[in-house]
Amino acid sequence: MAFPHRPDAPELPDFSMLKRLARDQLIYLLEQLPGKKDLFIEADLMSPLDRIANVSILKQHEVDKLYKVESKPAVSSSEQLCFLVRPRIKNMRYIANLVNADKLAGRTRKYKVIFSPQKFYACEMVLEEEGIYGDVSCDEWAFSLLPLDVDLLSMELPEFFRDYFLEGDQRWINTVAQALHLLSTLYGPFPNCYGIGRCAKMSYELWRKLEDEEDGETKGRRPEIGHIFLLDRDMDFVTALCSQVVYEGLVDDTFRIKCGSVDFGPEVTSSDKSLKVLLNAEDKNGRALLLCCRYTGEAGRRKLQFCVRRRGMDIKQMKNFVSQELKGLKQEHRLLSLHIGACESIMKKKTKQDFQELIKTEHALLEGFNIRESTSYIEEHIDRQVSPIESLRLMCLLSITENGLIPKDYRSLKTQYLQSYGPEHLLTFSNLRRAGLLTEQAPGDTLTAVESKVSKLVTDKAAGKITDAFSSLAKRSNFRAISKKLNLIPRVDGEYDLKVPRDMAYVFSGAYVPLSCRIIEQVLERRSWQGLDEVVRLLNCSELAFTDMTREDKASSESLRLILVVFLGGCTFSEISALRFLGREKGYRFIFLTTAVTNSARLMEAMSEVKA
Amino acid sequence: MNRTKGDEEEYWNSSKFKAFTFDDEDDELSQLKESKRAVNSLRDFVDDDDDDDLERVSWGGEPVGSISWSIKETAGTSVSNHEGREQLKSRNSFSSYAPLPKPTSTYSLSSFFRGRTRPGSFQSLSDALSDTPAKSYAPELGRPKGEYRDYSNDWSPSDTVRRLRKGKVCSLERFRSLQDKLQLLEEAVSMHDGNVITAVLIFLKRTLSKEILFRELEVRQVALRHLIHFLKEIGDQKLLLDLFRFLDRTEELALSHYREHLNIQDPEKRKEFLKTCIGLPFSAEDSAHIQDHYTLLERQIIIEANDRHLEAAGQTEMFRKHPRKASILNMPLVTTLFYSCFYHYTEAEGTFSSPVNLKKTFKIPDKQYVLTALAARAKLRAWHDVDALFTTKNWLGYTKKRAPIGFHRVVEILHKNSAPVQSSVFYGSENDKSEVPLPTDITGVCQSGGRCGHKVELSHQVQVP
Repeated sequence: MAFPHRPDAPELPDFSMLKRLARDQLIYLLEQLPGKKDLFIEADLMSPLDRIANVSILKQHEVDKLYKVESKPAVSSSEQLCFLVRPRIKNMRYIANLVNADKLAGRTRKYKVIFSPQKFYACEMVLEEEGIYGDVSCDEWAFSLLPLDVDLLSMELPEFFRDYFLEGDQRWINTVAQALHLLSTLYGPFPNCYGIGRCAKMSYELWRKLEDEEDGETKGRRPEIGHIFLLDRDMDFVTALCSQVVYEGLVDDTFRIKCGSVDFGPEVTSSDKSLKVLLNAEDKNGRALLLCCRYTGEAGRRKLQFCVRRRGMDIKQMKNFVSQELKGLKQEHRLLSLHIGACESIMKKKTKQDFQELIKTEHALLEGFNIRESTSYIEEHIDRQVSPIESLRLMCLLSITENGLIPKDYRSLKTQYLQSYGPEHLLTFSNLRRAGLLTEQAPGDTLTAVESKVSKLVTDKAAGKITDAFSSLAKRSNFRAISKKLNLIPRVDGEYDLKVPRDMAYVFSGAYVPLSCRIIEQVLERRSWQGLDEVVRLLNCSELAFTDMTREDKASSESLRLILVVFLGGCTFSEISALRFLGREKGYRFIFLTTAVTNSARLMEAMSEVKA
Repeated sequence: MNRTKGDEEEYWNSSKFKAFTFDDEDDELSQLKESKRAVNSLRDFVDDDDDDDLERVSWGGEPVGSISWSIKETAGTSVSNHEGREQLKSRNSFSSYAPLPKPTSTYSLSSFFRGRTRPGSFQSLSDALSDTPAKSYAPELGRPKGEYRDYSNDWSPSDTVRRLRKGKVCSLERFRSLQDKLQLLEEAVSMHDGNVITAVLIFLKRTLSKEILFRELEVRQVALRHLIHFLKEIGDQKLLLDLFRFLDRTEELALSHYREHLNIQDPEKRKEFLKTCIGLPFSAEDSAHIQDHYTLLERQIIIEANDRHLEAAGQTEMFRKHPRKASILNMPLVTTLFYSCFYHYTEAEGTFSSPVNLKKTFKIPDKQYVLTALAARAKLRAWHDVDALFTTKNWLGYTKKRAPIGFHRVVEILHKNSAPVQSSVFYGSENDKSEVPLPTDITGVCQSGGRCGHKVELSHQVQVP
């Protein structure tokens, strides 16, 4: 194993079962439409599907040709068409156009729509409206848990974030509840449950309802996973908005990891083609991947020595060596050079965009000093038309850490942003405001009792000025208070030695402990929210933090050190790294269930109304 | 490859946490190079035949046999299709998946998915009513028709909602009185399942007048949000705007109307549409932005028509030397300003395309203006203009150097455009005072890149702002 876990660290359950289950289900669904058929797959489902099945499996089940569901109409001559799609309105319209065109041409075929992970009534309504309800048969493929790593399960639903946190649509809550239900059926009940956030609470309640309705399924099973922790993304936007500096995070920020694998372009492969590489923290080759370049020289030397020492082997050994070991070495060698290429490419990019200055600004924002300076840094970013997403991210970070922008700053930054990147971003700003990511301090919001008393004594005009003065002084935002309460900014005497990480802050070069991870750590330590009332209040979650420890009796001590963390709205590689570190420190193992792996750019793009 | 545990520890600790802090870039880069050399030297014993790749990868970069790869194949020409497919077949024969045995009947697999088997015979009514579902990982379709037997027309709201949640056939027609409908909606909301809430809303939308529907939703925020999202998704703009009007959410109404301009491609039509947005009840601040958006597009249309004409005529030197790369239509203001600084710098304030006119019309801040003009003029190597940008005369007639932006940025922009060494040195001396280190290689680049002989002679009057 790549991570030096404590010897007493519990074993992870085997999640490959989930892949088999999903594959078998898909096969079953394909067999519902016997005979040759063409399969139309939605682009977003292709990568997840690639992880569990391949073309030959589809062929075995009489899939003839594969098409992508896209805007342009497809020409298929098959008598049976099967669509594998996410439940989205635009997909329904696409299918309806196809079916109606057939009808016009007097052609009859069989159509089947497979919704993954579930169908929505709104989709059926569209099918009905388009007059093709009944012409197509509908099925559901409940494929909602894709193991991306031994400890990472992704629902691959990036739209969860926008649907819930911007639009307030709870359509995916049932999907989450179903996924939890499936996990508890396969791996036993979870004796201890914690959660914070509205969505967490609702998902938990719905899941419990499911369990009760199907009582007896999980009863009597020994729990394999001792704790489950549900957390809403909006509890901690700050961590998700920071630039990532752990390796996977950097790769994700720079190249975009998609469904656990990354496409390295020609600039990395130093050839004319790009290469897809699977990133996997604990797989043997993946281990080499995740190392930093600093070490690769050493590793290579050691391997050379290893080979030299093997000189004295006999023919059979040699043969074996060549076929087995050398092959592995060669693979590792290729991966290493690839990753060195990736590192070089990252370094080049980061040096070009003043990464150091950027990080400095971020750290200043997190710690709450030099706010003016940071604001003008952001302003300059905007003026120079540096990437729109990056500028937006910094503004959001400023807003959240400062509990909203001062109205004057808000107006001026917004105006400059619209001038630099296009006026239509007005819509993006409106979205960000609704999601609470980028807000304006309401005048008087920050007035304390004393301040208002003072302002009563003077004229209205002067009161306005005093309010202004106070609001620029009053930096006691919730993030600041939470940060103090939970000690998120570690006091460092001298340099933070990143070789010897002391705490979870190492994922942000020692400057900041991810809030989400700190909350989880604190609750696990106390086994409840007790003593965290103030933090919970500051998170505006007084009624939304819950604990449920009903069935502790049968849990083994090993299972009690296995913790399933559910991130509703996505989690970042930095958070995963931080909790893996915490696990190593405390002898826990964390299992991550996320609606999607996310990063700052994805969050910002989800809020954008303007399609690039 | 058999690293010991201790090695592992060192491996991780020494690598992961440090290398990406960028606090010692040069050092890192040199180490990187060293690593690269080391790895490349491994080639001595790792021979380089390519048919043993990490993963089989097609020309497009997709692993062969992957689904995305295959889809590209389908999209490709049909001639090579057959061949590709044959190839594919043979390659996939190495697939690690064992072929699954095909079931003799559809029943065998479906029972495999079910956690609990059911007797094939009749179910008692109570059994059906209690609605204990089989643990079904497989969809409903596989079920024998007999299981729909538990269908009834008389479900209570909570039963109905539960059935809806499980995706079962369920008619809502019996909920006819307003009270029943609302009870159903409240039950759906209490279950938290958005899909069910939307299903009920679709029913309510169909069976209630919109005034009543809106009135009831106004006091039910969760349901209201679902309806708004639903209307947005299906694109029922008219009802959405009615809803916002009813709720008196004027700003959302205005934004929602404004959003439609994104779907209009034709610039003239888009302009006309934006004109209709101007009077809408935006916030005071946004009203100004909308007005600016309209004015900007209006200007762009004029500039575009004019310049396209000039470019086509081929008489203007500027357009011959630097042909336009793209149309200026629908570009942001700053891009438009850059364009105008590039092509129309010397034009009088009266013309629409002059930078000064743009600056005045849109109240572009000095800082932004100088940055953009600097970038545009430096790109053209118009060093006189660059100098002039920072020269101001005070009331005594002395000239001074001022810049509303940091001089290190100025240097950076000049550096990128290989400004002549004299002007860079001049700005460089400014720079020293502002405590920002110069890019170390700047002088070198400037010396090699600078061909222009222009000199800056004002260094004795320099004053740092």
